[in-house]
This record gives sequence, C-alpha cells and structure tokens, in this order.
Amino acid sequence: MYPGKAAMPAIITRAPVDTERKDPGFGGRPPVDHRPTGGGGGDENWEHRPPGRRGPRELLTRYRMGLGFALAGDLMFFITLVSAFFVQQHTGHIDPNDQFILDWRPLTIPPILWINTAILLLSSLTMEMGRRSVFHEGHVMEEWLGLGRPTSRRALPWLIATAALGTLFIVGQWMAWEQLASQGIFFGSNPSSHFFYLITGAHALHLVLGVAAIAAALAALWYARRIEIRQIVVDCASWYWHVMGVLWLFLFGLLIFAQ
Amino acid sequence: MRRYVFTTSHRVVGVQYLLLGLAAVVGGTVLSLLMRWHLAWSDANLPGWGQIKPEDYLALVTLHGTLMIFFVMTAAPQNGLASLILPEQLGGRYSAGPETKISARMALPRLNALSVWLTLLALLVLLATPFLPGGAAISGWTSYPPLSAIPAAGPGQSYGMDGWLLAIALFCLGSLLSAVSVIATVLTRRLQNMRWMQMPLTAWSWFVGACMVFPAFSVLLAACGMLFSDRHLGTSFFFPPIDVVNSVVLRHAAGSPLLWQNLFWFFGHPEVYIAVLPAMGLTTTLLGTFSVRQSPGYRAGYRTMVFSTIAIGLLGFAVWGHHMFVSGMNPYASRGFGLLTIAIAVPSSIEVIQWLATILTGGLRRATPLLFTLGFVSLFITGGLTGPILAQPILDSYLHNTFFVVAHFHLVMGMAGVFALFAAIYYWFPLLTGRLMSERLGRWHFWLSLIGAYAVFFPMHFAGLAGEPRHYAQLTGTAAYLATLLPLQRFITIAAFLLAATQLIFLWNLLRSLRRGAPSPANPWNAETLEWPLTEDFLVRVHPS
Repeated sequence: MYPGKAAMPAIITRAPVDTERKDPGFGGRPPVDHRPTGGGGGDENWEHRPPGRRGPRELLTRYRMGLGFALAGDLMFFITLVSAFFVQQHTGHIDPNDQFILDWRPLTIPPILWINTAILLLSSLTMEMGRRSVFHEGHVMEEWLGLGRPTSRRALPWLIATAALGTLFIVGQWMAWEQLASQGIFFGSNPSSHFFYLITGAHALHLVLGVAAIAAALAALWYARRIEIRQIVVDCASWYWHVMGVLWLFLFGLLIFAQ
Repeated sequence: MRRYVFTTSHRVVGVQYLLLGLAAVVGGTVLSLLMRWHLAWSDANLPGWGQIKPEDYLALVTLHGTLMIFFVMTAAPQNGLASLILPEQLGGRYSAGPETKISARMALPRLNALSVWLTLLALLVLLATPFLPGGAAISGWTSYPPLSAIPAAGPGQSYGMDGWLLAIALFCLGSLLSAVSVIATVLTRRLQNMRWMQMPLTAWSWFVGACMVFPAFSVLLAACGMLFSDRHLGTSFFFPPIDVVNSVVLRHAAGSPLLWQNLFWFFGHPEVYIAVLPAMGLTTTLLGTFSVRQSPGYRAGYRTMVFSTIAIGLLGFAVWGHHMFVSGMNPYASRGFGLLTIAIAVPSSIEVIQWLATILTGGLRRATPLLFTLGFVSLFITGGLTGPILAQPILDSYLHNTFFVVAHFHLVMGMAGVFALFAAIYYWFPLLTGRLMSERLGRWHFWLSLIGAYAVFFPMHFAGLAGEPRHYAQLTGTAAYLATLLPLQRFITIAAFLLAATQLIFLWNLLRSLRRGAPSPANPWNAETLEWPLTEDFLVRVHPS
C-alpha cells in the first residue's frame, strides 16, 4: 500500500511507525533520481541500512548491474566473432603453381548501411528521451502522490518512436542483404561474406531482442502499478539499446575499414 | 508445485541444480562403465545391446565427457552450490534485522530460476541425442572440426551433432544467467559492513568463478553458432580446404580447424577452473572450520588465499594453448603457453601449502566432511603434480594423446571435484534438513571411494607412459601391439565397477538420513560462516553492528 495513497505526506522521511509496517520494497521513499536528505534526524546514509531498505535506487542499481554483466558476456560473444574475422582474413590455399592465394575478397558495403546507421543513432536519441521522461523528478513525485501517470504518458511516444526506428533499421539491414544477394553474394560465397552476414545477422538478432524489450517496456508502462518497476524496465531496455547502438558503430567501422 | 518446482527460492533452485547434477553423474558413470567394460573385454556381448561397435564407444566417450564436464562439474559446484548457500553465507538471514523472518534471496531470483530451467532443457536435449537417427555425436566433448562439421563423417554426426550443439548453446545461456545472478548477489546483498576482505573464501571462489563464466561461455556460444552455420548455412569457418571422408575428397573454401580449437580452449581451460575453484574455496573454509586452533598468521593466510584465487582466475585465461601443443601450433607460441601454464602452478601451490599447513598445525576434528576435504587435497596434489609435466611441449607431444592425460584430468578435476562435492553435501546436509548423515556409512564411503579413485586412475599413468592412445576402443585387432596392457586395463575396469558400487553407500546414506537421520544441533560443526545460525556474542565479535 502506498503511504501517499491514503493522505498527502507532510514530511518525506518516515517516522518509525511507518517504516516498520509492510514495506513495498523500496523503503517507502519517493523514487526520484537523487536522494533527498534532511529532516527526521538520525543516520541519513542509506548505505548503512539493511539490504532491501536502501531506498528506491537499490532495486534499479541491482537490475542495471545484472544487465551490465549480461552485456559484458554479450560483448565477449562479438569479440569472438571479430577475432575470428581477423584470423580468417589470412586464410588461403596453395594453387597448382605452388602460389599461396588469399581467399578473402573484400566486400563492397551496400550504401544503405549508412542510412541505417543514421536511423539507429536517431533511435538512441529517442530512447534516451523516453528514459529521461520516466525519471523526471516533478512527474515522478506526482505519480508517487497518486496524481495520475504523467511519466508513462510522456515516455510512451518516445518508446513507440524508438521501436519504429529500430524496426526500420532491421528492415534496412534486410534490404542490404537482399541487395547483396541480387549481386550473387550469399552467406556461403566468400570468407568476407561469411563475416558480413554473420556480424550483421548476429547484431540484427540482438536488435530484434531489443525491440521485444521495448515492447515489454511499453506493456509495463501500461500494466505495472509501481513506478519503480516501470523505471527499471524502461531503463534496462534503453541501456541495452544504447549499447547495441555503440556496438553497431564499432562493427560498421570494422566492416568498412578493416576488410 | 509452486513451492518446489516453479519457485525463485534460492535453496530450492540450488537443490534442483544438485539433483540435475546427480542425474547427470549417474548417467555419466553408467556410460563410463560401459566404456571400461568394452576396453577390457572387447568381445563380450552386453545384454540387450550386443557388441559395442567402435562408433558406439566414441558416442559413449562424447556423452560421458559432455555430461560430466558441463552438467556435473559446472552445474553442481558453481551454479548449484552458489545458489544454495551464497545468499545466506553473505548474511542474508541477518540483514533484515533479528526480528524479521529469514529473507535470504539471490539478487535476481527469477534469472537464477530461469537458469536452472535452461540447464534442464539442455540436459534433456543432450539425453535425447542417442535416440535420434544415427545416434549420439561421436566427436568427443571437444567436438573438433572437421569431424564435427561434416555430417557424413560418422553415424552420429548429423542429427546427434546438431543436438549436441543445441544442448551446449542452451547450457551456455543458462550458465551465463546464473553467473549474472551470482555476481549481482555478491555485489549487492552482502550483510551491511561485510567488506570484501571479510567474505568467506567459498563466496570469493563462486564470485571469481562467475566472473570467469562470462568470457568463457560467451566464446563457446559464438563458436557453436559458427559451427552450426558451417554445417547448415554453407559457410566455411572451420573447414580445411581439402578433406577426405570415407575415401571421398571434399573441397571447401578454406577455413581453419585450428580456429575452433583456439575458441574452444579459450572456453575450455577457464572452464576447468570454474569447475575446481568452488571446490578449492570450500576446502579452505572447511579446513578452517574443522581445525581446533587457528593456524598462526590466519589473517595473512586469508589475504593470500583471496589473491591466489583471483590469480588463478586471471591466469586461467592465458593458458588455453597448452591443449593444442600437438595441433600444429607455432613452436614459439607453445613455449609461451608452456611457461604461463607452469606459472599457474604458483598460486595453486600457494593454496596447497596453506592447506597442508592448516592440516599439520590446526588440530583437526574428525568428521566425514573433513575426510572428503582431505581426500580432495590428496587427489588435487596427485593429479596436479602431473600438470607441470604436461605443460612442457616436448613431453606433451609424447603424452598428449595417451592415457596419461586421462589420468591427469580425472584425478585433478574429476575425482577431486567430486570429493569436494561430497564434502559439501555431508557438510550442508544438516543445514538443509536438520538431520545429520550417518558418520559410520560416511566413513566407509570415504575410504572405499579414496581407494577406488586411486585404483582406477593411478594405473592409467602407466598405460599412458607405455603409449596407449586414449581414444582406442579396444586393444585387440590392429591395436594388438598394446595387448600387454590388457591386464592393467582389466584391473582398472574391475576397480571402476567397485568404485561405482561404493557410491550406492552414499545414495543409501542420503536417502536414509533424509527420513531417519539423527537430529542435528543448530550448528553441528561449530562453523563460523553466516549460513549457520550463530550465537549473538559471536556475531557481535565478528561483525560489529
């Protein structure tokens, strides 16, 4: 039960009688982005409280941490592909005249990828706008007081825009593959095309997951009652999205300059 | 149903992991007995099976290795025990305040629960492969291409190999999720004021192990994806330009089979430490718990152990090349990998010396968990001493494909790891059930297992030194020049059957103690870690405020 639902709180720091009743999990504090202090006296450092009672940021921090480690593992996945990319560039065969022939034929990157890159950068921008709007202090405070859902209302269009741009990016990648296929360059044609398709394909798969995450965030904006949960879902989806954007810049640079 | 199956409770998830490991270890043991049987008496007919064909033998090797390495040695000690014990060991039950009910939880409990389901799915997929057309994969738990990349290369290499790849990919995902949850737990759910240098060494080793899971299993996942696309999507990452299968010359675009070996062992060697680090941490903790006197310089010893654990974790990523000395590697690279491999013996020896010092000066109280810990130390030393021998490229080029290597890793990782698991079960059983396991049966189990372990794996050194290749299905026919080793192999087989039979004592003890074990005091071993209910004054002394 929200303390704010019953009556408007006069002070933010709770008296012991409030904190010792059933705790909704975030210490009964408004989930704003900074830590209000003052009033109430006593030890104001929340790090000294037991785990689970260290204020609204605690759960968010934990989820961000989990996402961060999962992404670290994911980056290792791409590092594997990239190191194999460099290894494969030097493979070749020996022809009947005893000459070593490199098999790697550099691939011309379809120009549409530049447009896709711009779209992806733009989507990161809209995602960040959506993320910031669920942390806007005034609106969060209003929600915490039970005055409607201004954060969800403001985040919704940004998230929808991001999902649309992300889908556009995936469609753009598909078109790039179609263009290559129409030139007769398929996954199995050449070592360089193996890696072009593998890297862009693996990245596109991650973006499909990203769009699914944004869809989940949209559903959470609709269904999740606690604002903390909505913040967590939007925050994690957007960090995932940003990391995939930066990763794409690196992979794109690799495909252009390192072939 | 909701309480024991679809739950996020860390203890239930931990027990699910242990049961999964138990199922896998029973399966893996039966497979190894079939292998031993065939190696010793190649002409014998198995009831209901007939004669084991060479490809069946290879399928048995593959399934045995995959089950034991992934589903026993990784799933049980790292993912399972961490989930079972870690949240409480970090003070989860005290952190909510003395008057609150027990509320120890993993930091991301749903992720943790999801990981065990993915692992179970992986196990089911793997166990289904023998029933697919062609049977199970035959390319060993390392799945070297081109054998694993060409479906025509063997009977199990079409559907069986695809099933293997799927199972391993699922297992990778499960372990990654479990590691995320372990790391987040260590970072966010420690008792307030518990500093890093106050964490128990078990917690340290689970933490370091989880940190190793990310780089290792992500690489394996990527490699599995590339192997899949080689098999089905027309690429050639791992194919050599020319390959001969059944006298048919196959030509591919040039890839590199060595690339797979690099990727696989970049995963594979850290994996060995992921499996054995929890056992090492457990050993340190148990030796501390069971020694009457704290050995001199205890605090200094603690710091050394922590830094050795971290050093092993880091060096573990720099030694993968020693698995490839005979694969056609640049000799300079071999030299470098050899030196790094010998370097990893330094932190390992530091830990061993600390254990030995504690054993000699600690004045140990005797109990079954301690016996198994001592067994771990013994097996770890015996198996570990052959490590620096195999780390030298020159010696390894003779020994690499022989039974010597089988003896080495079964002692240092397999048997030692299993002994540590037994120690963990005997040690934490009272915590979970409130009952003690039978000491008398435990002692029989320990001594028979110790003798059995040495009787099975020590003679393998001699078979290896005599030059017996490790993947030969039988010592008759074209391999008849090794027939002088048959008596030795028969002895090993008999010992293996006895060792397996000994484990029935353990299963009996486990089942009987669940129902009729003696009621246990709250803290039967006088342990000082926080998963046990500790007295108030002890808490005040060790964790002020």
